[in-house]
Amino acid sequence: MKLTGAEILCETLTRLGVRHIFGYPGGAILPVYDALGKSKLHHILVRHEQGATHMADGYARASGGIGVAMATSGPGATNMVTGIATAMLDSSPVVCVTGQVSSKFLGTDAFQEVDITGITMPITKYNVVVSKAEDIARSVREAFIIANSGRPGPVLVDVTKDAQQASAEFDWETCGPKLPPKRVRNNHDQEEFDRAVELLNSAKRPVILAGRGVVLSGAMRTFEQFVRTSSIPVAMTLLGIGCFPATDPMNLGMMGMHGEAWVNTAIQEADLLIAVGMRFDDRVTGDLRTYAREARKIHIEVDRAEINKNVKVDAAIIGDAGETLANLMPHIHSRDHSAWLAHIQQLKGDSAVRDIQSLPDSGHLYAAHVINDLWKVTKGGSIVATDVGQHQMWEAQYYHHDEPRTLVTSGGLGTMGFALPAAIGAKFARPDREVWAVVGDGGFQMTMCELATIVQEKLNVKIAIINNGYLGMVRQWQEFFYDKRYVATPLTAPDFVALANAFGIRAERVTSRKEVVPTIESARSADQAMLIDFRVEQEDSVYPMVPAGKPLHEMIRRPNNPLVETASEP
Amino acid sequence: MQTIVAYVENKPGVLNRVSSLTRRLAINIDSLTVGPTENEEIARMTICAHTDERGAHRLEASLEKLVDVLLAENISGRSMLERDLALIKVAADQQNRPHLMELIKVFRGRVVDVAPESLIVEVSGTVDKIDGLLEVLRPFGVLEMARTGRIAMTRGNDLLRPPDAASRGKTETAPASS
Repeated sequence: MKLTGAEILCETLTRLGVRHIFGYPGGAILPVYDALGKSKLHHILVRHEQGATHMADGYARASGGIGVAMATSGPGATNMVTGIATAMLDSSPVVCVTGQVSSKFLGTDAFQEVDITGITMPITKYNVVVSKAEDIARSVREAFIIANSGRPGPVLVDVTKDAQQASAEFDWETCGPKLPPKRVRNNHDQEEFDRAVELLNSAKRPVILAGRGVVLSGAMRTFEQFVRTSSIPVAMTLLGIGCFPATDPMNLGMMGMHGEAWVNTAIQEADLLIAVGMRFDDRVTGDLRTYAREARKIHIEVDRAEINKNVKVDAAIIGDAGETLANLMPHIHSRDHSAWLAHIQQLKGDSAVRDIQSLPDSGHLYAAHVINDLWKVTKGGSIVATDVGQHQMWEAQYYHHDEPRTLVTSGGLGTMGFALPAAIGAKFARPDREVWAVVGDGGFQMTMCELATIVQEKLNVKIAIINNGYLGMVRQWQEFFYDKRYVATPLTAPDFVALANAFGIRAERVTSRKEVVPTIESARSADQAMLIDFRVEQEDSVYPMVPAGKPLHEMIRRPNNPLVETASEP
Repeated sequence: MQTIVAYVENKPGVLNRVSSLTRRLAINIDSLTVGPTENEEIARMTICAHTDERGAHRLEASLEKLVDVLLAENISGRSMLERDLALIKVAADQQNRPHLMELIKVFRGRVVDVAPESLIVEVSGTVDKIDGLLEVLRPFGVLEMARTGRIAMTRGNDLLRPPDAASRGKTETAPASS
């Protein structure tokens, strides 16, 4: 069958199971758009290509599948860079297809020509220029394999316009991937494995550190069995949230810079850390010299390059999280850690038993209340996409996720503007689920143009703006470390309610605590998008906080004064 | 100094990916050589880098994560041969030429070109040996020099062969990142 390169591209994507493409047309990708129109693929017109990549990313994170974004050459492609880097840092399988000028113009500074494979080399798992129609199908199939195998990541396929226009024979059987013949490593090291078993069986104060690798491996059930068998409490990274139910008593909660005090203290006092699918990021460890000095460390990780990168470990097991935990399980004997668990319980002190819900209404509206109420009203059943900053940390503290892939957030790169487009992508991935974008007034203004995408696609996404009139997290750092010199953090915003209305989206403003629940309920009852502008306390801070580069146990604790004392016990 | 041997796809852009990676890891490369192998689709690299064992592990593991790198292995500390090749143009006249030739002989260099006022020496061997020859030549006046950088090979049964080329495109599962 003879098809044009553009038709081959659409046919290949269709056969690979793609249903949605987030993109923006332009000159160098026009042949593909012409073919798209004749295909069954659903193209979502975004308002900025960064949004397209975040949507594809949100789609991938919520579904476990691969998200696809498309853009034209030049500025279309460069606008994708932030989204690609976001996906790279969080190991998210995203395939980006960009148009490129015709091959005879390559390297001539032609109109809208940019070396996008050169630009994205360090922020993609792989990228490739395709300049022949007959190479398109194979390259796209290879891209899909690379994006979602091993440690996943973004792949960019740059297709020249002449390749899109030329015709070639298309035969699915003969256009299979021809990936380089890589060495198959035998990663099983019996010595390391035996040492890990010995450490596991002799530990008195062990803590499991669970990261996104558990979710990516699809190992939730095995992980839970491992926790039950070993009776070891779990601390989670931001991206690990959801890999183990937040409401489970064995789940301590999030660790790191804004982790609860008892979680970080437990890590510092532990005699064994079992890191599963996490990479000892600086936001998790604080000062490395003082990090968990008492503890031996086991690292279970699919990516060999992560071993001993930040923290030197005593036993490294390279491999898939689920498989490795399953292999370890039969060897675990010792499992009485009741004294240790009781000690951790004690560390919580009275800070853990006070429920913010039961604190009296002081007339102030705190972000923590809003998010905790959102959790209660939705019974923890929503997919929540968060942006970056204070609200992101409050969400991680107060919205208790029991299921994997229900928190969609930019952890590694910390990309503001991520929440709204990611929520749109998540909604396409899981139309059956309620999807909330929880976003600050700063980040929202970075990508709020995508409200138009919501309207055009008649999408039911709920938006909660945590509006404090500041770039809150930066303001908090200025308060703590720059003597309250609030440079460039006070932030003017449009009237978000009027703005949403102008887009054609229902919206309400909430200024007091008693309005929170009814407004959330009203948003949930309608089968359409709704935006809520929560006007929260302006100079509230996220506690506890480990200042960057400080030891993990040197936390800035919650002050006695403010209303919000602690996370509520789920 | 750490020595890493890698087999890579013999196609455009691969060297760029490798060098981009070392830049990102802030590892300074002392020498990097690329040459063909008996399989025209595969090239062999020898990378010598100024880093410690930990840096070498990161470089090796990160290299092997690149789709186009078939195999990367840190062979520092293993029993191996290292060779560097140099062409050195030295100032030489009627008077000192015989003396120069004697010195070159000691280092097992070969004079490959003689001109009225200079000669070119070809010498191969370990870096130390070439550095040693250079040192004795310097007083005569080294006019120009070209060096290949090191290539390395492990001795005896310690084989480092590229993965079976027949497996190209055979699997749908592949490049594990580890």
